[in-house]
Parts: sequence; C-alpha cells; structure tokens
Amino acid sequence: MDETLKPLETKTLAEKLYLVRFKVDSTSHLAVDDKACQECTARSCLFICPTEVYRWDEAASRVIVSYEGCLECGACRVACDANVLVWNNPAGGFGVCYRYG
Amino acid sequence: MAERYDCIVVGAGPAGAAAALTLAKAGLSVIVFERGEYPGAKNLFGGILYTTVLAGLIPGFCDEAPLERHVSKRRYSFVTGDSEAAVDLSFDAFNKPPFNNSYTALRARFDRWFASKAEEAGAIVVAEAVVDELIMENGVAKGARVRMEGGTVYADAVILAEGANSLLAEKAGIRPRINAADYSLGVKEIISLPEGVIEDRFGLEAGAGTACEFFGEALGPGVEGGGFIYTNIDTLSVGIACPVSVLKEKMLKPNEMLDAFKLHPAVRKFLRGGRIEEYAAHLIPEGGYNAIGRLVGNGVLLAGDCAGFVNPSLYKEGTNLAMASGVMAAETVIEARATGDFSEAGLQGYLKRLNDSFVMQDLKRYRDVPATLHSSTGLFKEYPEAVMELLERHFTVSGESKAAMHKELRRILRGKVSLWRLAADALHLRNLIK
Ligand SMILES: Cc1cc2nc3c(=O)[nH]c(=O)nc-3n(C[C@H](O)[C@H](O)[C@H](O)COP(=O)(O)OP(=O)(O)OC[C@H]3O[C@@H](n4cnc5c(N)ncnc54)[C@H](O)[C@@H]3O)c2cc1C
Ligand code: SF4
Ligand code: SF4
Repeated sequence: MDETLKPLETKTLAEKLYLVRFKVDSTSHLAVDDKACQECTARSCLFICPTEVYRWDEAASRVIVSYEGCLECGACRVACDANVLVWNNPAGGFGVCYRYG
Repeated sequence: MAERYDCIVVGAGPAGAAAALTLAKAGLSVIVFERGEYPGAKNLFGGILYTTVLAGLIPGFCDEAPLERHVSKRRYSFVTGDSEAAVDLSFDAFNKPPFNNSYTALRARFDRWFASKAEEAGAIVVAEAVVDELIMENGVAKGARVRMEGGTVYADAVILAEGANSLLAEKAGIRPRINAADYSLGVKEIISLPEGVIEDRFGLEAGAGTACEFFGEALGPGVEGGGFIYTNIDTLSVGIACPVSVLKEKMLKPNEMLDAFKLHPAVRKFLRGGRIEEYAAHLIPEGGYNAIGRLVGNGVLLAGDCAGFVNPSLYKEGTNLAMASGVMAAETVIEARATGDFSEAGLQGYLKRLNDSFVMQDLKRYRDVPATLHSSTGLFKEYPEAVMELLERHFTVSGESKAAMHKELRRILRGKVSLWRLAADALHLRNLIK
C-alpha cells in the first residue's frame, strides 16, 4: 500500500519522547516543596506538563519529578498553584536539544 | 582579572542574535551566552518567519539562510466537532521576490545560522553557557555570572534576550512573576512526508508553502486557543496553542489535546501517511501591549519574548518583533556609549525607538485582542456550532423548501446565541483583524 494513503501513525507519549534528543544531567533542574504539594488542591503540575514529568505518589504523599523528560517549556512554573516550584535552567548544553525546533 | 566587554547578550534566539550582530557591526565588543548545545537547540515556533527586519540586517539572507518554503497561501479554517468551513487564499504575487517577506522555517537550523552571522560580524557566541544571574552593584547591572569556570564577566550593558521563560528579568526585579493568563503553551510535532506529496496535498507550486490555522472548536468545545499546520520542505509543523490559565482551569493535558487535534477530520486528512519526527513545547507571551512592563533597568535592556513582544492577533508574529527590538536595544547601547550614561534614564532612547516602530504600534493596535479572546467564549463554542449547523442545513439535499429551511436557520442561530451578544461580540471581533 502507498505509504501516503495510510493514516498518520499514532505514538504514545513515551514513544514521542524517544524521538526527542536529551542530554540528561545527573541532577534535577526542577524541585517541588513536599509540604506545599500536600496542601495543594489543584495540583496543576500533574496534568499541565506536556511530557507528564510530575506524578503523584499516593503512598509517599508527594510529587515525583522525572526531570529527564522535561522539554523546558516553563508551563509548570507558570501554573504552580502555590508558587513553590523551583525552576532552574539545566547546566549548559544539558536538557532538551531539538533537531528541528 | 575577570573579562570585560562593551555589552553582554543573554540568549542567542532572534532577539539576541540581532542585537549582537548590530553591536558587532558598529565595532563594539560583544559576547553572547547561549545555554543550548548550539543556538536554536532550545527553540521552536509555529512557524512563519517574517523577514522584513532580517532583510535589513542581512540583505542576501534569501540565498543562504536555512529557510523551508516561502508562504504564498493561507488557509483559515473554522471547525466544530466534526465539520469545517475553510477559506483557502492563494496569492501568486507572493511566489515572486520578496515572497511577501514570509517563510516557513525550523528554529534549530535557522537560529544556528543567524547566530553564525553575528559571529562573522565579530561577536563572540558561547554555547552551553547558562547565565545564572546579573551582577548588580548598587542597583546597577555590571555584568553576568555564567555557570562555568571563570564565569564572571563584566560589561557596560546587558541585553536580556532570554525568551518567554524570563527567569533573569524576574530575578533582577525588572519583570514581575510570570502570569498564567498572559502566556499560552504551544505544543508541536514535526511530521515528515515526501516533498511532492506535500505540494500536491496542499495545492502548492514547487517551493511554495502554506499556513493553515484552525479556529473555533479546534481544541474542543469552549476551549480558547487554536491549531496550526505549516508546510516545510519535507515536513509539516503541526501544533496547538492554549492559554496556560485555560489549561489550568479546565485541567487539560496538552499532549492529549494535540493528539485529539491531529485526529480531527479537518486535520487528519493532511497528515495521512506522515511519520512523527519530533515532539516539542514552548511558552508564547500572548498578553500583548497591556502585559508589557518595564523594559529597561540600570544597565539592562529587555528584548524579544522576555519583554513580551508578540503580536497576539491572527498574525501571531514574534520573530520579527524580537529581531527589531534586539536591533533597537543594540542601537541604544551604542548611543549610550557616546554619553557614557548606562543608567535607566540614559537608556530611555530604547523606549522612544520602540514607540516609533511597528513593534509598539502593532502591539498597541491589537491591545484588546487578549481580553476579547478571554471573554468571548462564544468564539470557541456557540458561533462555530451555529455557523456549521446553518451551512449543513443549507447544503443538505432534502425535499424541504428553501423558505422553510431559512426559517429554521434563523431559529438555530437564535437558539445558540442572543442577538445582543452577537452584536457586542461582532464589535470586539473586528479588533482581531482590523
Ligand atoms: C508554538 C509557537 C508558535 C509560534 N509561531 C510563530 C510564528 O509563526 N511566527 C513568529 O514570528 N513567531 C512565532 N512564535 C513566537 C516566536 O517563537 C518568538 O517570538 C521568538 O522566538 C522570540 O525570540 P527571542 O529571541 O526573544 O526568544 P527565544 O527564541 O526564546 O530565544 C531565547 C534564547 O535565550 C536562551 N537562554 C534563555 N535563558 C538563558 C540563560 N539564562 N543563559 C543563556 N541562554 C539563555 C535560550 O536557550 C534561547 O536560545 C511562536 C512561538 C511558539 C512557542
Ligand atoms: S502545582 Fe505546585 S504546589 Fe501544587 S502539587 Fe504541583 S508543584 Fe506542588
Ligand atoms: S518545563 Fe514544561 S516539560 Fe518541563 S516539567 Fe515543566 S511543564 Fe513539563
């Protein structure tokens, strides 16, 4: 079958992230505040991140940050309800590295 | 002894590179710090590069810049859940130089080339270098602290061109904390298709491109924002943009929104057979004129996105404003060198330059657009639905008389929106395209 007649391939978020080039640093450039996050009712970071970097760990009652998949868009910083999210630039050359942009 | 330059530029996007190029051409010593592996590594846009300012800086840019396609077509599409009303505009005059000064481009490639032009002119561009803070002495910026060995660098002035996520401008107290209503989040995929397929599918002459914008319920009923497809040589830029405040309020997941947009019947037909090559996200400062704050401090000037210079109307223009403001910030530094006054008062020439240019004039002209979009939720729900129902009725082949159908149409429209609101919104709507 002609490739161009097929529907667009679908990809899960994990598969999409596999396509992005990252140079992962050993330390996180993002940090949350466990106490503020426990009290936070909206927890916007959990859904607003386009790569789902933030996850709620029910057992530990805290937000887990998988900074490795961060596209550095800044949305979580803008959205953080308690304004406690610490957002630093990753070290020079580290983090996301777009080939197209 | 720490190093010393006439000017430090933070960020090698369009604003920073344009500033550095202008300073270097005038013979000033200038150093640019860019945190990415190379200039452009962190950057993305829709996007259409508007090139009027670039043409002034590099007259032969057309022959050497990594541009994708010149934009000779525009497509505006109004969608509801499963239907679409679109206008497809084609301008053959735009197929000839100067190609309407608009080209599609990919920023990881374009920004790298543009920064290399600043380097050729004599600017020093240091990649993989994060500026962590400005060096302040008695409230005056004297330099920058870079996260690297020997990272203390002094200068008479610092031009901040750090982009939308304006950490340094906030840290230096020039901008207040970023506000969710003034920023949209853009999420985008690069989807590859053969060159010829793109031209046939979008009805393009060889080398020409189109910009397709999707409005109405593109992001779902009642969700402010829209989607886009721009044609590159052998890829498509496909994405959505939605205010951060709306994502928050409606608890929306951007990746799922993009996937849903790509599956809309009005969109998926263009993407058939494509392969996803990259996934990306970036903030857009869309607060417009009313969200612009201080633009200079003692020894500091803000240019481009970190100053909030994006035209929030249908034109969605940011790169050209970034370049223009970068040039004007540089001219102001050159002027201040003659007087030796780099204080906030001494740098006021920047504001005058901006006010006299299209940057502030356009921002002022469209100053009501963000508020109109935030308040007229009808734009993203009732109107698209009413219009599409009307058209569908009109074109449905049935035994009904045209007169009976028209009566029915008026009833549909009235059922969806009050006439008063329609009139009020129509007045506001003019602001989007005036
Ligand atoms: C989804 C989307 C679609 C868009 N569509 C269009 C369009 O079609 N047409 C258009 O004209 N505009 C469009 N824009 C807007 C356009 O991209 C911006 O206006 C433009 O990129 C602004 O240029 P800039 O130089 O100010 O900032 P940026 O391009 O963001 O550059 C900032 C640079 O500074 C660097 N940096 C930041 N902080 C530091 C630091 N501390 N130390 C060192 N380096 C640092 C960054 O890595 C980056 O390279 C779009 C934007 C988005 C997100
Ligand atoms: S939004 Fe901010 S305060 Fe709330 S859970 Fe997320 S990081 Fe914590
Ligand atoms: S910056 Fe963007 S991609 Fe990174 S964690 Fe925040 S929301 Fe997610």
